[in-house]
Amino acid sequence: MGSLNIENVKKAFGPVEVLKGIDLEVTDGEFVVFVGPSGCGKSTLLRVIAGLEDSTSGRVLIDGDDVSVTPPAKRGIAMVFQTYALYPHLTVKNNMGLGLKQAGTPSAEIDRRIKIASAMLSLEPYLERRPAELSGGQRQRVAIGRAVVREPKLFLFDEPLSNLDAALRVNTRLEIAQLHRRLKATMIYVTHDQVEAMTLADKIVVLNAGRIEQIGSPMELYNSPANDFVAGFIGSPKMNFIDGAKLGETAKTVGVRPEHLTVDAKSGAWKGTVVHAEHLGADTNLYLDCEKAGLLTVRIFGVYNAEPGATLYATPDPAKTYRFGADGKVLK
Amino acid sequence: MSLATRSLPRTIGAHAVLLTYTAIALFPVILVIMNSFKSRAGIFGAPLTPPTPKTFDLIGYTTVIGQGDFLHYFQNSLVVTVASLFFVLLFGAMAAFALSEYRFRGNTMMGLYLALGIMIPIRLGTVAILQLMVASGLVNTLTALILVYTAQGLPLAIFILSEFMKQVSDDLKNAGRIDGLSEYTIFFRLVLPLVRPSMATVAVFTMIPIWNDLWFPLILAPSEETKTVTLGAQLFLGQFVTNWNAILAALSLAILPVLILYVIFSRQLIRGITSGAVK
Repeated sequence: MGSLNIENVKKAFGPVEVLKGIDLEVTDGEFVVFVGPSGCGKSTLLRVIAGLEDSTSGRVLIDGDDVSVTPPAKRGIAMVFQTYALYPHLTVKNNMGLGLKQAGTPSAEIDRRIKIASAMLSLEPYLERRPAELSGGQRQRVAIGRAVVREPKLFLFDEPLSNLDAALRVNTRLEIAQLHRRLKATMIYVTHDQVEAMTLADKIVVLNAGRIEQIGSPMELYNSPANDFVAGFIGSPKMNFIDGAKLGETAKTVGVRPEHLTVDAKSGAWKGTVVHAEHLGADTNLYLDCEKAGLLTVRIFGVYNAEPGATLYATPDPAKTYRFGADGKVLK
Repeated sequence: MSLATRSLPRTIGAHAVLLTYTAIALFPVILVIMNSFKSRAGIFGAPLTPPTPKTFDLIGYTTVIGQGDFLHYFQNSLVVTVASLFFVLLFGAMAAFALSEYRFRGNTMMGLYLALGIMIPIRLGTVAILQLMVASGLVNTLTALILVYTAQGLPLAIFILSEFMKQVSDDLKNAGRIDGLSEYTIFFRLVLPLVRPSMATVAVFTMIPIWNDLWFPLILAPSEETKTVTLGAQLFLGQFVTNWNAILAALSLAILPVLILYVIFSRQLIRGITSGAVK
């Protein structure tokens, strides 16, 4: 239980086409992350799956059943929202139990499930509190707990970590990963943060302007991006793109990740001056203005001392250099 | 204000301006209340002085209460105000929810049409309203007044409430939909409590003109049975002799209920419960 099929789903708001034909297959127990820049349609796609928006055309199947006209509550899904969306007038316990109560579940069963979920998310001390009396991280855990008690076929997460501060974000990310491992449920997760995508996903779906650019495991996307958009979106700092003509290459653009460049003070492929250096402790990001290649980001592991204005030579790793054609697709 | 941003002359200046304004705003009210406790000679002799032992007289109040029907007028006013308020808030909030929540053809046009009532005074339609009420046999009933006041209050209520309802988090409503709440439950249980402060604002703005209105009671319900307080007070306003004691006393008494309602609504303005729902 818990598979999802999306067949040629399109969504338009008036003349604006937000989703331009999406096909996707999610198997039971997978953790799928939709990632893409703002406005790429990832949240809209999630809403179509949830039934909060109707698709203009196409079908959504959960466990093989066409749910295109099924109301959200009957689809066997649960959703966690960016803004938590807890019911302000209900206690934590009632927040978690409301969906089951509406579905007519016996109260003993509701209590049992709340007990399990609150133990899982260490929410037991807060069961009688109202959302206003909780911190941001606790509220998001309640929202996750509200999804867990429904024992849904599909978990939908809509940017659940965006409202949390950096430290809590890492913790909650870990909790979601553990939750997935424990429940073995199918989860669909929307984010614009590629780090979340890389760390959580079994399968990443990269969306751009209403289309799927590429589907694959995090390492597939990192090692063999299908086009320049995916190459630029996955990985941090971003891949360097160099005009092929300047390098005398036939390819339109040449891409090389900052971590696949090495620097040397004496010799190398591209001569440049240091514009700025960011020292992060574990690694150092150098910004080099190269004569041939333009502004490059170089990521060096460990500490590297370079003053702005110094001359350095950057050399790309030829095995990890990508060439993109005029249409943006990678050239083999 | 912190010490760093406070300066003595500015504080004095701000207080002077506000106190002056308060005095101007309260002056007529205080004058009415003060004079309602004076004898007729006292009112005319020195209208601006507070009642002294010599001029103190409760004749106004005894007249008003002695007239007997005044309690009944009060009751009429209260019934009309509270019932109109209830319908304005209920229908206004429901229309505002529909306008702000659902995308449908003609949404903007409908919003503009409903807001038109703010710009066109309802009194322009008095003759038509009277004909309508005569035809439907509602003349001299409180129902007539309630209907008219509901219509009068709706445009502003919808206009203000739809702005506030747009601010209610979509995620919260969607969470309700996923949990299987009906649209009615989402409206009454999730959205309404969150817009309670704005409902109170609308209630205050709607209530005061209704309570104070003389026009429609005079035209639609002037009978003894259905008189409101403002209309009842006209009883003492004769063509040749005006019973100022009684009028002033009636007006002073008329302030009380509206003041009580105001206090009730202004307490709702406390936002407490809404925080923590989102963010």
